[in-house]
This record gives sequence, C-alpha cells and structure tokens, in this order.
Amino acid sequence: MDSAVLIHRLHFAFTVTFHYLFPQLTMGLAPLVVALKTIGLWKNDERYHRAARFWAKIFGISFVFGVVTGIPMEFQFGTNWSHFSKFAGGVIGQTLAMEGTFAFFLESAFLGLFLYGEKRLSKIAHWWTGVAVFLGSWLSGYFIVATDAWMQHPVAYRATADGSVTLSSFWGLLLNPWALWQYAHNMAGAAVTGAFVMAAVGAYYLLSEKYVEQGKIYIGVGVVSGILFSLLVIGPTGDGQGHNLANYQPAALAAMEAHFDTKTADLVILGQPNVETKSIDNPLVVPKALSFLISRDWNAQVRGLSSFPESEWPTNIALLYYAYHIMVGLGTVFMLVMLISGIQLWRKKLHETKWLLWVLMLSFPLPFIANTAGWMTAEIGRQPYLVYGVLRTIDGFSKSVTASNVWFTLLGFFGMYTLLAILFLFLVQREINHGPEHVESFAPAPVNGGKVSAAGRN
Amino acid sequence: MGFLWFAIISVMLTSYVILDGFDLGAGALHLFLGRTDDERRKIIRSIGPVWDGNEVWLLATGGVLYFVFPQLYASSFSGFYLPLMMVLWLLMLRAIGLEFRTHIKDGIWASFFDGIFSIGSLLLAVFYGAALGNVVRGLPLGPDHYFFLPLWTNFRVGPHPGVLDWYTVLSGVVALVALCVHGANYIVVKTDGELNEHARKTSLILTPVLFLLTLVSLFATLFIHPNLLANYNALPVGYLIPVLVFASLIAVFVFQKRGKEVAAFISGALYLAFMLVGAVYSLYPVILPAIDPRYNLTIQNSITSSYALQVGLRWWIFGMVIALGYFVFLYRMFRGKVELENNGGYGD
Repeated sequence: MDSAVLIHRLHFAFTVTFHYLFPQLTMGLAPLVVALKTIGLWKNDERYHRAARFWAKIFGISFVFGVVTGIPMEFQFGTNWSHFSKFAGGVIGQTLAMEGTFAFFLESAFLGLFLYGEKRLSKIAHWWTGVAVFLGSWLSGYFIVATDAWMQHPVAYRATADGSVTLSSFWGLLLNPWALWQYAHNMAGAAVTGAFVMAAVGAYYLLSEKYVEQGKIYIGVGVVSGILFSLLVIGPTGDGQGHNLANYQPAALAAMEAHFDTKTADLVILGQPNVETKSIDNPLVVPKALSFLISRDWNAQVRGLSSFPESEWPTNIALLYYAYHIMVGLGTVFMLVMLISGIQLWRKKLHETKWLLWVLMLSFPLPFIANTAGWMTAEIGRQPYLVYGVLRTIDGFSKSVTASNVWFTLLGFFGMYTLLAILFLFLVQREINHGPEHVESFAPAPVNGGKVSAAGRN
Repeated sequence: MGFLWFAIISVMLTSYVILDGFDLGAGALHLFLGRTDDERRKIIRSIGPVWDGNEVWLLATGGVLYFVFPQLYASSFSGFYLPLMMVLWLLMLRAIGLEFRTHIKDGIWASFFDGIFSIGSLLLAVFYGAALGNVVRGLPLGPDHYFFLPLWTNFRVGPHPGVLDWYTVLSGVVALVALCVHGANYIVVKTDGELNEHARKTSLILTPVLFLLTLVSLFATLFIHPNLLANYNALPVGYLIPVLVFASLIAVFVFQKRGKEVAAFISGALYLAFMLVGAVYSLYPVILPAIDPRYNLTIQNSITSSYALQVGLRWWIFGMVIALGYFVFLYRMFRGKVELENNGGYGD
C-alpha cells in the first residue's frame, strides 16, 4: 500500500480513537445524570442531587476533552482527506453542519447552565438544562453516525458533472437504514461505558469504605442501567447491525468471521485467521451457529470471502477479525457481569459481595476497549473503500500533503494526546478522591451588594 | 443562492471572531491584567461559562462551509495543513489551561496553567490574523485547485509565499492587538474594582495603537494588492466600510473614556465586524484568491447543487433561530459582573 495513504489513515485512526474515549463517556453518563436528577426531584432526596452534581463534574471534564479532541476530526476531513471532502462534501457536509447547528449549540449553551447555574435556576429549570445537555450529546452522536453510515452504505446522492456527488434526498440521508441500527448499537455501547464507570466508582467507594452512601447509589444506578444497555447492545441492536452487514457488506462480514469458503458457517469463538491457507488456526467454534444468526436457518449457506474478488477484500483481515471478536467477547462478558451483579443487588447482597465489587471496580476500562474495537470493526470492514463501493480509500486522501508532513503532525498529536491523557486521568482521579461529599450544596447564596444581585435573578 | 450562502458564512465567521475574540483577547491579556490570583480567577470566571459555546461557532461555520463549498474546504484545509494543525494544538492548550485553572486553585500549578491558557490564546489570535492575511494576499493555487503552503519561505510577498511573510505577520499583529482591545473591553464590562480600572486603561492605551496598525495594514494591503479596490470602485458605497472601521475605533476610545462600558464593548465588536466585511467586500465573488487569478476559487466554481442548498437553508434557519435563543438565555443568566464569593461557579 502506498505509504502516504497509510500514514494519513493512521493519523485519522489515532486521533479518532483517542477522541472517542471521551464522547462515549459523556454520552453514556448523560442519561444516567438525568436519571439521578429525576430520582432526586421525584423523591425530593438530596442524596441523589448530590450524586448528580458529582457526576456532572466528571461529565464536564470529559466533555471538554471531547470538544478539544473533536475539533481535529472535523478539520481532518479537509486537511488529510481533501479529495474525499471535495467528492463527498456536498452530502456529508450536511450532517456535519447539522451537528454543529443543532447539537453543539444546544449542548454547549446548556452545559454552562447545568454545571454553573444550579443556584440561579429553579429546580425544574435546572432539570431541563440537564435534559438539554443529554439531548444535545445524543443528537450529536446521531449526526456523526449518519455521516459514517453514508460512508458505509451510501444513499440519497447523485453524481455531479465534475465527478463529485451531491445530496438528492435530505430524509434519505438522515434515515439511512444503516444509520438507524448503527446508532442504536453505538449509543447502547456508550451507555454501557457510562454504567460501568459509575458502578466502578461506586465499588471503589464501598471497598475503600468512604462515601459509602453515595457509592451505593452509583452501584445501584450503574448496575440497573448496565443490565439494560448490555442486553440492548446484543439484541436487537447488535443483531440488526449484523443484518446490515449481511445485506450491504457481505465481504466485510465474511472477513470479520474469517469465513473463507461459501458453506454453512460456524461461529468462531477463538482462533487466528490464516489468510494464506484460508483457514483458522487453533479454532474453537460453535458449528453452524453463524448460519443461524444470519439466516435463522442452521443449514443456510453463507457466502465466503473467497467468492469475492480480492480487490474487494478488506485490507487488514486479521485486525478486522480480532477487533470484531474482542467486541463480541467483551459484550458477552458485560452482560454476564451485570446480570450477576443485578441478581446480587436484587437479593440485597451486592454491597457485601467483595469479589464482585472488585470485578465491577476493575472492569471499567473494558467498555472503552469494546467500543473502540467496535468502531475498528466498522471502519476496517469498510476498506478498501472510503465510501463503500463508490470511492476507494486510495483516491480520497490529500495528495498535496506529503507523508513527511503527516508524520510531523502525527508525532505532534502523539505528544499532545499523551499529555491530555495524563491530565484527564489526573483530574478525574482528583475528583473521585475529593469525593461527592465535598461538592457544595447549591443553596441560594446570601445576596451581598448590588453587583451580586445583578448577576443573579432579579 | 450562491450570494446568500456567501453572506451566511461571512456572518457566521464574523460571529465566531467577535464571540471567541473576546475570550482570546481576555486570555492573551490574562497574565498582564490579572496581577493577583483573585484577579486571574475573575478573568477566567468571566469567560468560563461561555467560551465553549463561542468556540462552537467555529465548528458550525466549518460544517456549513464544508457542505456549501466542498472544493473550498478541501483546498484551503489541505493547503493550510501545517498552520491548521498548530491552531488545533493551540485550541487544546487554551482549553486545557482554562479548565485546569478552574479545578486547581493554588500554587505553581495555577501559575503554570495560567501561562498555558494565556500563551495559547495569544498565539491563536496571531494565527487567525495571519490566516486572514494569507487569504487576502492570495494563495499559490494550481490548475487542480490545490496548493500547499510551507510555514515560511523568504518572508517576502512573492510568487512562492509561506504562511508567514511580512504582510501576514503584520495581519497577525493587528489581530492580536484588536482582540486584546476587544478582550479588555469585555473584562471592563464583566468586572469591577481595580481589575476593571486596569482593563479600561489597557483598552485606552491599545486602541490608538490599533488605530495606527489598522491604517498601516490598510496601506500594506493596497500596496501588495492594488486590484483589491475593484469592487470598491464598482460599487463606491463600499468606501463607507473603512470609514466605519475607524469610526468604531474612535467610539471605543470615547466610550471607554466616559465609562460607557457596554457601548465601548459593542463598538469594539463592530470594529471587528467592519474589518471582516471590508475584506469580504473586496474578495466577492472570489472565495479563495489565487496568485494566478485564473485559478481563483469562486462561488460559481465551488458551490454544491441547488437542492442541497435549498434543503440546507431550511434547516439552517430553523437551527439558528433556536441557537440564538439559547445564547440570549445563556448570556442573560450570566450577565452582570462576576463575583468570586458565589458558590459553585468557575474559579471557585
């Protein structure tokens, strides 16, 4: 492969992978924070308001890191993928611009109010600002997924005279059948991250015997939502996404499963794909299970990778296969951990089940890995195309930007993101150790002098 | 339709410059104006709840630019590859400095993040000015509509320019001083006491400097690009724009002298707006001028299809009306002078 396109790909892959660690946490925490606020209002229980305030702080930190690492993503369409931008800007520019107009303005305006306006607003109004932030972050996710979905399964476009494409149906683009399942699957995945992180902090508080009252709330909300979303990730959303692949990207699906010959397909649990011999080394399989999952028929023939011309094969079959299997494997683990925790919670024994608390506490990195692996599956599976079946990756990068310049900025991003990662961990760790009790009550401050009342309600 | 979108993007970009401009200006002045920890926290608090929303204007403008003029987006972003990446890093440093300063309140860490925040803001102001200078000067676009600019060559405005030459460095300095005036005016509005007085003095000192610099850059622009006046000569009402530019600067000075804080701030914002309108007026209908005018990117040769533009206009109007609503609400909630005694705010 041409080295310039490879380094451009690495540049985008690295920055987007790092970026998505933060939005998945904010999108995952947003509904949980709203849930905490809602319970607080419902039961008129200050403990839940305190919990919401604590998590809003974590949310706020993650949000800022998501914003600053997100701007490079929009820029890179132009800087590193200018030929793709010229080609597809008339279509995907729509969804990207809508993200800014509808989601970012909503999110950023209300986040300030949500984080810093609690004592300036009534309780109900403050609840609404939380809902607005939640909606903004989930709307933002939709526009990005719709953009990606168009690259996975291009619809609602027509060719123009200069060889580019332009939009032909607004609703066709927004309601791309690929986008609907991908969005549901992705958001459920993000919510799993939020649930695991919340449960992990709760477990940490319980195990270290500080802020125990708050810790129990986090575990309760984390486990209940964790059960819900880890089930939703698998069905119907994961299954729906699988059918998208079977219908629109059968070559990618065959490569993900390392299914080389057209025949009834086994579900590979473990094993290393061997592209040379077109087989799996050290296989551990469930016979015929893949046939059933795809067609609901144990004996159905599934098209193998060998039946596609090699020019249509994803360019890195091994990585695609591993990414997919890591995602699926971890997804199964999440469901088991959350179900067992749920049973213990229901029996009112979870808070004393030390080993399970340890598992919950230590599991928090896993959903980040699973979500990353899921996106790697989607994007590596899309290769060798940038826009599936329409524009090849090799034709999309910025030919005027040399590999040397991209190395220069990639190294810059390595350095910058190492710094950001350290700062993020430091800040979050600091908040967790500081603890929820420390977050001040937001009772109206005494009004002292005209300047203050000018700033408050009057 | 092309003209309408040209106008919409110009307005959005101007909104970004005015809104993020006062954040950047306040940031650039942060180390000099904030002499005590309390003063620095006040400056941070004055922009804390709004900077993020202001920065969104950059993203929203970028998004609209992307779908309306895909070729412009592709050409300019890949051509300005190196400076744009540095802008990204600076935006990160500024945000990190700002956020950390609100979480860590004392000791050398606070000073460290004050420095990061302030230097990041300062360099961003210079970069933005230099970027605008590059566009006005013209770019080495080839027949394929692409170009690539090194950071600098020989600092001359010639056939092989770099991002930085004497003209664009001058533009960067103008932008820095302009945003510092704008930021000082904002701090005047948002604070009281010594900081307020100090910021007012800064604005009064910098405004005449800006007046001179603007004049110099005006002549420099005419020197390197005499044909920029074509649109002005075709429609002489445009000559009002430079008059308004200088009038708004005088207004900043007069209002600041008389203690009309809000009026001075608005005059400063108008100065920025008129500067941008002046540049845009000279460029139209070119959106990215090439050194060889045959390769200019114009509205005509860069715009997307009319269906996409019509659909886009509908949702854009709908979205902007709502967004304006949020911003009015947000600024109303955080209006007035900042106080450090309040609980739960930025800087506490």
